[in-house]
Parts: sequence; C-alpha cells; structure tokens
Amino acid sequence: MRLRYDKRGKIRFLSHRDLARVWERALRRAAVRVAYSEGFSPRPRLSFGLALSTGYESLGEYVDIDLHPEAGVEPTELPALVTPSLPVGMTAQVAVPLDAGTESLQAAVTSSTWEIEVVGPDRAGLQAAVTRALEATALAITVERKGSPVEVDARPAILALALSDGEAPTLTAELATQPRSLRPAELLRALDPAWREGRVLRTHQWTLVDGARCEPIPLGDLGARAATSAPHAEARAS
Amino acid sequence: MADVWARLEPHLASVQKPARYIGCELGAEVPAPAPHRVGWLLVYPDTYEIGLPNQGLQILYEILNERDDALAERSYAPWTDLEEVMRREDIPLFSVDTHRSADDFDVVAFNLSSELVYTNLLNCLDLAGIPVRSAERGTEHPIVGAGGHATYNPEPIADFLDFVVLGDGEEAVSEITEAVDAWKRSGRADRAEILRALAGIEGVYVPSLYESSYNDDGTLAATSPIDPAAPEKVEKRTIADLADWPYPKQQLVPLTEVVHDRLNVEVFRGCTRGCRFCQAGMITRPVRERPAEQVASMVKQGLRRTGYDEVALTSLSTADFSGIEDVVGAAMDDEVGCGNISVSLPSLRVDAFTVGVAAQIQRARRTGLTFAPEAGTWRMRQVINKLITEEDLYAAVDSAFSQGWRRVKLYFLTGLPTETDEDTLGIVELAQRCLELAKAKGHKGSVTVSVGGFVPKAFTPFQWFGMNTEEELRRKINLLRDAARSKKASNVQLKWHDPKASLIEGLVSRGDRRLGAVIEQVWREGGTFQEWSEHFQLDLWQKAMADQGLDMDWYCHRHRTEDEVLPWDHLSAGLHKDFLWQEWRDALDEVGLEDCRWTPCYDCGACTGYGIEHVVASAVPPAGGSQGTGQDLERGGEVPVTLLPRKPAGVSA
Repeated sequence: MRLRYDKRGKIRFLSHRDLARVWERALRRAAVRVAYSEGFSPRPRLSFGLALSTGYESLGEYVDIDLHPEAGVEPTELPALVTPSLPVGMTAQVAVPLDAGTESLQAAVTSSTWEIEVVGPDRAGLQAAVTRALEATALAITVERKGSPVEVDARPAILALALSDGEAPTLTAELATQPRSLRPAELLRALDPAWREGRVLRTHQWTLVDGARCEPIPLGDLGARAATSAPHAEARAS
Repeated sequence: MADVWARLEPHLASVQKPARYIGCELGAEVPAPAPHRVGWLLVYPDTYEIGLPNQGLQILYEILNERDDALAERSYAPWTDLEEVMRREDIPLFSVDTHRSADDFDVVAFNLSSELVYTNLLNCLDLAGIPVRSAERGTEHPIVGAGGHATYNPEPIADFLDFVVLGDGEEAVSEITEAVDAWKRSGRADRAEILRALAGIEGVYVPSLYESSYNDDGTLAATSPIDPAAPEKVEKRTIADLADWPYPKQQLVPLTEVVHDRLNVEVFRGCTRGCRFCQAGMITRPVRERPAEQVASMVKQGLRRTGYDEVALTSLSTADFSGIEDVVGAAMDDEVGCGNISVSLPSLRVDAFTVGVAAQIQRARRTGLTFAPEAGTWRMRQVINKLITEEDLYAAVDSAFSQGWRRVKLYFLTGLPTETDEDTLGIVELAQRCLELAKAKGHKGSVTVSVGGFVPKAFTPFQWFGMNTEEELRRKINLLRDAARSKKASNVQLKWHDPKASLIEGLVSRGDRRLGAVIEQVWREGGTFQEWSEHFQLDLWQKAMADQGLDMDWYCHRHRTEDEVLPWDHLSAGLHKDFLWQEWRDALDEVGLEDCRWTPCYDCGACTGYGIEHVVASAVPPAGGSQGTGQDLERGGEVPVTLLPRKPAGVSA
C-alpha cells in the first residue's frame, strides 16, 4: 500500500539515506509484517519517492510498503498503527491500497510545491526577482550533477512562482521533477546568487492523471486539519 | 536555562550528518529543566556514531533518569565542521536531548574507553566554557568526572578531572548524585568541600587530593594523599550480581547510522580466561553471568521495543556463557522477527563448538567469521596465556569452511613480549594453513589477517614490558607483508594498524601526571580526533614531549623493574601486584594459567579482596572449551605449578 506522511521539526535533519532504516524499525515496532526481498540479503520491501533534501520539511512524503500476505492490516488502520512508532515530527496521515502495476513514486511524481523562506532580500526585492524570472525565457544556472558542474536552463522547470502571504520574504513555487528536477536552492541561485534559503517546506507532490494534476494521495479535509491543528513537532514531548 | 537550539539550527543544514546533533532517538529522555535535581551531562568525547552505542553511558543515563533527585542528558564531540561553527558563533557544547548548554549541568561526566580521546575531552570542556584544568574551576563551574576502562590509569589526565570512578558505575553514580545534591543544598559555597565528599565514596578517586613525587632518575617516588579525606588506596567498584541491573531497559535506537547498530544485551561481565595482554579481562573480574531467563526476556522485550532485527549478546567471550545455545536459539526463533532476526556474538572463542553456535545463528548469510588467536605460534600463545592449540584453530576453520563460510578473519598482535621473527612469521603460516583447509574443501576461500601493535596496559601482567618501538613494529609488519606476498600465501589479505598511533596509545596508557602538560599542548595546537587516522598527528605529540622535556623512549620502550612505583599504584583493580608480577614471570617462562571459573582459585585478589564470587550458572567448562579451561592443556601446554595458596573456587548458581 501507499502511505502519506509528514516530516517536520528537528527530524527534518534526518537524511534520505537514513529514512529506510527508520521506517523498517517503526513498522517492526508496530508489529506490521512487511514482505522481504528474495536473495542473499533479504530486506523489507519499502520504496520511497523523491528524496527530500536533508534539512527540508514536508507536509506530503510518500512510501510504498509491500505488506506480508499475512499482515492482516487494512490501509485505514495503518496510519494510527504506525504513527506512535515513528520519531517525533513524523506522522503517518493516510494510506491507500495500491493496484498491481501502479507506477512507482519516482516515475509518477512530476512536480512539487514548495514554501521557501528567502534570506537576503526584502519582500519588494523578492517580488521584483519573481517578476523578472517569470518574464525571462531562459535562466542559466550552473548545477552539480553527478559530481561535476553543468550549465542548465532553470526556466522550464519553474511551473509557478509567487510571493507567499505574510510578512516574511517567502516564495511559493511549483518546481518540476521531470524531465529534469530543479531544487529550491537552485531556484534561489537563478533568482539571485547572493540569496540563501531559510526554512524550506514541501507542501505537495503532484502526479498527472489523464492530464490533470493531483496528489498521489490527496488529504482532503484531513489535510487541512493536520496542517493547522497538529502541534508543532518541536513542542511535542516524546 | 540556555537552550542553544535556535542558534544551532540555522547551521545544521550546512554540516555533515546533522542528524548526529538532533537527539529524537527512541529511548531519549527529554527532562524538563529542574534546578532542584542534580543534572548530569554524560559526554562521549568522540563522534556520535562511535559514542551513541556505548552501553556504559546508556546504563548510567537510565539509572540517573530513574532517580527523583537526578536528570541526565547526553553529548558527543561535535565533528570539526560543527566545531568551527560553534566557535565562530559562540555556541557552547550542548546536550542532544534538550539542547541545553553544558554549563547548565551540575556534573559533566566523560566515558573514556581509549587514551587517544583525551585531547577531545579537553576540547569538549573548552567548548563547554569550563576551564580545562581542575584547579582553575570555581563554584560556578560543573564538577567534571570520568569513568571507563581507560581511567584505570587516570594520571595523565589527573589535572583535568575533578573525580574518576574506577570500575562499575551503576552504584557509584547514585552516591555521587547524593553528595552533589547535599553540596547544592548547602549553597555550593566551597568547591574543595564537594571534592572531599566525593573522595569518601567507594570507587571514587579525586586526583587533586593526591600529589606525585619523583626520584632523581625520573621514576615515580610515590603518589600520596595530601588531604585526610583521601584514602591511601582507591579500590575499584564492583557490582556483585548483574541480575540486579537489567540495563539498559530502554536502549537508545538512533535515527542515523552508528557502529554496533543493533540491540545489545550484556550476558556477562568480567573474564577469567586470563589473557595477559588484555586489560579488559583483568580489570573487570570476577565473572558475573546474567541469568539465562533474564537474557531471554531482555532480548524478547528489547526486540519488540526497538524494532531492531539484530541482537548482539555481548561480553568478553560470549561462547563461554552457560547455556549459550538455548539463549541463541530463543533469540533466533523469536516470533516478532518472523524468522528474520539475526544474532551476533562478538568475541568468539576459537574452537569447533563456537563454529557450531555460529552456524546456528547464521542460517542464511554465511559471509565471514572472525577468530582471535592473537599470536602465530604455540610458544607465543603460552606467553600471552591465550591457550589455543593449532588443532583447535584448524578444527574451527575447517568446520567453518565445511559449513559454508568462505571468508575467515583472524586477529593477531605483534610486538608481544619475547616475540621472535619466527613467532611473527607464524601468523602468515597459520593463515596459509587455513587457506589449505579451504582448498581441501574444494573452494578458494579467503583469509584476512588483521595485525595490531601490542600496547601494554595498566593492571595487566605486561604492565612492566617496554613496548616495541615504532620502527620495530614496522619491521615486523613488513616481514608479514613480504611473507603474505609469496605465492603460497595468495588470498591471505593483510591489514595492520598504524604503529604511530600505537606508540601514542602506549605513551599515554602508562603515563604519569607529567603527561598532562603534553596532552594539553597537543590539544592547544589543534590535535583533536587523534584516534581518527586522518587527524592523527604524531609530530604534535613528539614536539609536545620535547617542549615539556620528556622522553618518549623512557615512557614507552623501557622495561619496568619489580620495585618501580607505577603511576597507578595508589589505585586498585582488586588484583594483587604480586599476582600480576608472578604472571609476568610465568609469561617469560612460557607457562600458562587455567581459567579459575572452573578450576581452583589462585587468589588474584578480584574476588577475595572484595568478598565477592564468580556468578556462573555452570560449574563445568562449556562443551568444546579450550583456551585455558584446563582440559586441553596437556595437549600442548604445561600445567602451571601452584602460584599462590589456593582456596576452593567460589561458584554460585
């Protein structure tokens, strides 16, 4: 089944590399039986979507979990079962059954929406840069890919860009993950190389179903509630 | 209460492995600030990855947090990238649990398991804003203590520590808490007062209440108390029964990768195999087994609580545990793991029985098996009292290769007392014979030989031995390299430890108080993380020794005589000095000594001195046991003559 969870507070410094281990242990603690891979060194069958950079927070992360045939757990039960076993700051929100042959998260997700706090400009300066960027036909930046610097055009990957509400200079941006992904830090470099990112929050990941944009698992009312009423992770005692 | 999180957080995304600094592990305590409780900051002065699994620190963390009058948090040495940020931004050393600054705590206590971390200890104190020298601390500063195996000779760091706990800390931490609590209630007026109170606690050594004097030839004349509160001799602390201390109950489960990342259950403490090079085996006596039912329930509950799929049954020689097969079987078949639980047994004995147990635990994955014969010839193994016969070793390796293992790893020491080139080369010969056993089974097999330079340690029979020079260790390693390159030995892979680092470990492990200035200078000149090969700087140590007018050869390579006063003579691990000396003479005579768990007591002092006994479930040696259990000695060794008046063995069920 596919499960949606968030990652907020101190736990955002957990790296993508460490995520699998944390999930494997959480599922074992929750006594949820997971199917194991075949072979010399069997591992629990979990697959994760697009890596969230260490230090970024998210309201919508996903993991595909291949349950053991005898697990006897319904998707509706899974979030409440596993959340108490997750580290503080991670909450399983909703799970759905996956049809055989469903596209992997890596392949299915085409873009993400981000809230990006920008350190450097004031709101006016940031607005000016947003306007310039949206009017530009191309935005050349140098990015590191597989260890070497490559010059790429950032513009096609910027699907939406605007200032967020509020006092702070914060951007709301929808950035493509296909065919080539653009990271929030790279977006800022395209706007002004002197600016730095403050807190960065992934609010949504998007897939295309019959040409329409939708989330791998939409939260609906549940999402609105979780986003507004969940006590901030840092304030929660373990 | 100074919470540094807000200042730390903006920098974490730019340092390596930031998950090291966030806490949030399962089992972590987040105590609310409580000024009326005695606050302990337990520091492991190496990286989080090395320090987090340390069981000693975790045990004390739990015991203290269970008390109403104490709270405990943890800290680890920040890696160099974060240290740079902390120094630039003026962020003090902090706890990973609540991110409070170190100076918020009443006691800052270090776990010291190796000598090479001493410069990190100073660095942590300095980052905490605490003067590194005990004499410069005032009533506003925390009390600084240490414990762990390295502190059995704490003299090189005597100037930096307010107190040292010798031996098991389970009981001592509570008594220290009570003393600090009383001192706090009395208004913390006088630092000397709390130090005197601590000196009155059994197992606690307060270095500033002693003074060392030296003879004209540079040797130590005495280290004597200068305060009536300080005992002439400080005896180590020993808990009588491990069953009373089923800790850790809430083992920490880290979020990020660490060493020994698995459930650890200590099955016994202490070892009486009597290997003469082994400090751990000497200072942790007697043997105290945990009852098998308690081990089984700690494994079962631990797996459920932590979600680990691996459990290690830890001790200095786990195959010696009475009923090891049943315990291993129960862990393997634990239903929570659905057949996917693996069991690891660190410190395997070398014999076919052990391979049988190993086969039981590695049903699926038979990757590699590790043995530690420690020396290449029977003569040498008699010297060090690691009485593994060649028959034992070959039977074990043969059994491993026939049961599906392809890789065998063998640990050895070089630079041992009386070692000849024949002994050294015996290491490669053993490895070659092991390869031939693989060939006889029709497959290639591989044998990895790992060689460490021997470093003599306090409270061992080899404490009088002048260690090999760096050049001599290097020459021996080259001998081994050349031999391993020969055609016959192809598929013998040789690995070795850097003799330069062994030299400094040797310098500090038997050093006296005069080395304090050397350690401080190395730290001031930037020598931190010295146990990390990429950071180790021999030249800093050599320069500091020269600047302080001290001679490396004199400290490291000189044989001590029987009448020489040793820097740790005013401390006691329970072992009689004449027992250790007799063992040293017997080593030179190539005479072995039996394991007293199953043979009559030879009165080393560890039991008799403290009125305690071995706690073992079985009064007979384990099946297939060798290595000094007595029954195999006639095959190669010589049964030793009576050393000291014998007493009936103290064995309780």
